[in-house]
Amino acid sequence: MSTTDPIIEVQHLSKKYSLGKKREMYHTFSGVLVHSARSLSQRLIGRGTSQTREDFWALSDVNFTVQRGEVLGIIGRNGAGKSTLLKILSRITDPTGGQIIMRGRVASLLEVGTGFHPELSGRENIYLSGAVLGMRREEIDQKFQEIVAFAEVEKFLETPIKRYSSGMYMRLAFSVAAHLDPEILLIDEVLAVGDIAFQKKCLGKMENVAQGGRTVIFVSHQLEFLAQLCKRCLLVDKGKIVQDGPSREVISQYVKLVRSTDTMDLRTRKDRQGEGRVRLTQTWVEDMGGNRSNRIISGQDMKIIATYEVQEYYNCTNLAVSFAVLTVHGVVVVDLGTGTITPDFTENVPRRGKIECIIPRVPFNSGEFVYNALLRSARSGNEVEDWVKNAGSFTVEPGDYYRTGHIAGTASLLCIDHTWNILSA
Amino acid sequence: MADLIIKPRKGLAALNFGELYAYRDLLYFLAWRNVKVRYKQTAIGAAWAVIQPFMNMIVFSIFFGALAKIPSDGLPYPIFVYAGLLPWTFFSNVIRMAGNSVVEDEKLITKVYFPRLIIPSSVAGVELLDFCIAFIIYVLMMLYYQIPLTVQLLAIPLLLFFMVIAALGIGLILSALTVTYRDFRYVLPFVIQLWLYVSPVIYPVSIVPEAWRPLLALNPMAGIIDAFRSALLGSPFDFPTLIISAIVSVILFIGGVLYFQRLERTFADII
Repeated sequence: MSTTDPIIEVQHLSKKYSLGKKREMYHTFSGVLVHSARSLSQRLIGRGTSQTREDFWALSDVNFTVQRGEVLGIIGRNGAGKSTLLKILSRITDPTGGQIIMRGRVASLLEVGTGFHPELSGRENIYLSGAVLGMRREEIDQKFQEIVAFAEVEKFLETPIKRYSSGMYMRLAFSVAAHLDPEILLIDEVLAVGDIAFQKKCLGKMENVAQGGRTVIFVSHQLEFLAQLCKRCLLVDKGKIVQDGPSREVISQYVKLVRSTDTMDLRTRKDRQGEGRVRLTQTWVEDMGGNRSNRIISGQDMKIIATYEVQEYYNCTNLAVSFAVLTVHGVVVVDLGTGTITPDFTENVPRRGKIECIIPRVPFNSGEFVYNALLRSARSGNEVEDWVKNAGSFTVEPGDYYRTGHIAGTASLLCIDHTWNILSA
Repeated sequence: MADLIIKPRKGLAALNFGELYAYRDLLYFLAWRNVKVRYKQTAIGAAWAVIQPFMNMIVFSIFFGALAKIPSDGLPYPIFVYAGLLPWTFFSNVIRMAGNSVVEDEKLITKVYFPRLIIPSSVAGVELLDFCIAFIIYVLMMLYYQIPLTVQLLAIPLLLFFMVIAALGIGLILSALTVTYRDFRYVLPFVIQLWLYVSPVIYPVSIVPEAWRPLLALNPMAGIIDAFRSALLGSPFDFPTLIISAIVSVILFIGGVLYFQRLERTFADII
C-alpha cells in the first residue's frame, strides 16, 4: 500500500431496494393468512419472490475516488441517494453491486447521540457512545476530560441524560463524536444542532479535523457550510453522480437543479408507511396564480398541493389529510390537518384527486422548509393510508409580512401578528 | 492496516474473530448498559435476579413436589428443582431477551457499523451475571440441606459453556427472525412455557422411559439441566443424554451464527 493511492475508491457501486408491491389479496382475513403463510415459507429460507416485488435503484453505477486528507461534500435532493451512499460507505448496509476500497480506519457519524441511553448518566453515556462509535476503552479514558470540557457539562456528569436540556444533550453527543480519531470520517447532516455559539465551536473543531490531514466526507443541506469546509463536492441525483468538481460550481448546479424540479414525484418513494389503499402520487407548492414554484415569499399566499389515487379494490368514502411543515433541522413548525378547523373530506372523494391546502399570508419568515404528507381514511378506524416524510420542500424568502412596506427581519423562523402597549405600573 | 473492501456479501460467512476481538469493549459496554438499565428505577434492583428462580422454586415445590409428589431422585424437592431452575432461568431469559435485542437496538443498527453479533451476545453476558447472583441462593440451600461437595462440581464450567452456546444459538436465530417478523415476539413467551415441560426442570430424567430419552435429549437443555443437577448434587451423570444435548448445542450455535450472519446484511434495510 502506498500513500499516494486514493484512500477511498468507489467502483461501479449500486444499491437496489425491493419495494413491497400492492397488496391485492388483502381483502379477506383468509387472503391475509394465505399470503402470510406463502411469504413466510418463502422468506424463512431467505428467498424473496421476485415477481411480487418491485425494484428501486437507490444508487446505480457510482464511481469516485477520494484522496488522503481531502474534505469532500455530498449534496443532492431528498431521496437522491446521498444517505444510502453514506450507509454503504459506513458498512451499515451492503451494496448490491460494485465495490469500495477503503485504505484507513473509518468512523461514521450519522446521527447525534448514537448509542446514548436516556437512563444513564453523562459519564456512562460518554463510555457507551464512545464504544459504539468504535473507540477503545483506554482511548475514552484518555480523552474523557477533554470531552467533558468541550461539552461544558462538568456539573451534570452524574445526572441521567434524560434530565439534560436538549442543548446539553447535543453538546455532549457531539463532543464524544468530535473526539473520534479515525483516518476517514463520514458525517451526515449532524451539525444542525444546538445553539449558534456551539455550532461555531463545532465548526472550528471540524476545521481542525480537516486540516489535521484527516479525510472527511460530509453530507449536508447547509450549502454555506459545505462551501466553507470542502474544496470539492459531489452532486448526487436519482442515484447517480451528476457532477463532481469544485464546491462553488457544484453548489450552484445543485441550486439550479432544485429550482427546476418543483413537482415531487412520490410514486417512487419507498420510505413510506401506511395501508396503501390510498396513495400519494405527486406534491408541489404553488402560488395563487397556479404557478408551481418552491420559492415562496413571506407574507404572500401559497398552496401546498398533493395528488393521490385510490386503489381499485378500495371504496374510499372518507379522507383526512395533513401536511406537517418542518424546518430542515426537523423541528415541526406547524401541523396543518383536516379535522381541526374544517371537517375531513367525507363526500365525493374522487378516485384520483388533488388536495389543496391554502395558506394565506405565509407566516414563515425565511429559510428552507420541508413537509410530511399524511393521508388517513376513517372507514375502518382512522387508519393511516400513506405517510411520506419529507414529501416536498420549499424555500421562503423574507417579505413584507407585516404590510409595513419593509421586509421583516430575517433572524427568526416565523412572523406573527402582534401589538404593543406601554402602561404605567 | 489491510485495505477494507466493501462489496456485496454472498453465501455463508465464517465468524470474523479478529473483528469481534477488536470490538470486545463494545460487548462489555453494551452488557454493562443492559445491567444498568434493567435495574434503574426499581426498588430492589438486582434482587430481582434471585426472586424469579426463587419464587418458581417455592411454587414448584408446593405444586409438583408436595402435592403432585413428582419424584426427585431421592433429593429434597426444593433443592432438586432449584438446581434445574438455575440453568433453565438463564436459558429462557436469554432466548426471550436476545430475541428482542436486535429490534430494540434498531437505532444502533441503522446508524453505525459494528459486528451485529455483539447485540444478542451482550444479553447472554447480563444473564450470566444474574445466573451468578441466583447461584448464591443455591449455595445457601446447599448448606441448609447439607449437600456434600463432590469432584463432579468440576464439570460446571464445561456445562456452563454448553448452556451459553445453546441459549445463544437459539437467541441468534430468534433475534434475526424477529427483525423481519415481529410475530416471534408473541410466539416466544408461549414457546418458552411449553419448552419448560420438555425440559427436566420439575421432573428428573429418570422418570422418562429409557427409549424416549434420546428424543428428550434433542432438546439441548434436557441434557444440560440434567447434568447440571448431577454435578451440583453429586448424582451420577447420564452420559448418553448429555452427549446428544451437547452435540445439539454445538450444532445450534454454529447454525445460529451462520444464519444470523446471513441475515444481518439486510437488518438495516428492513428493521
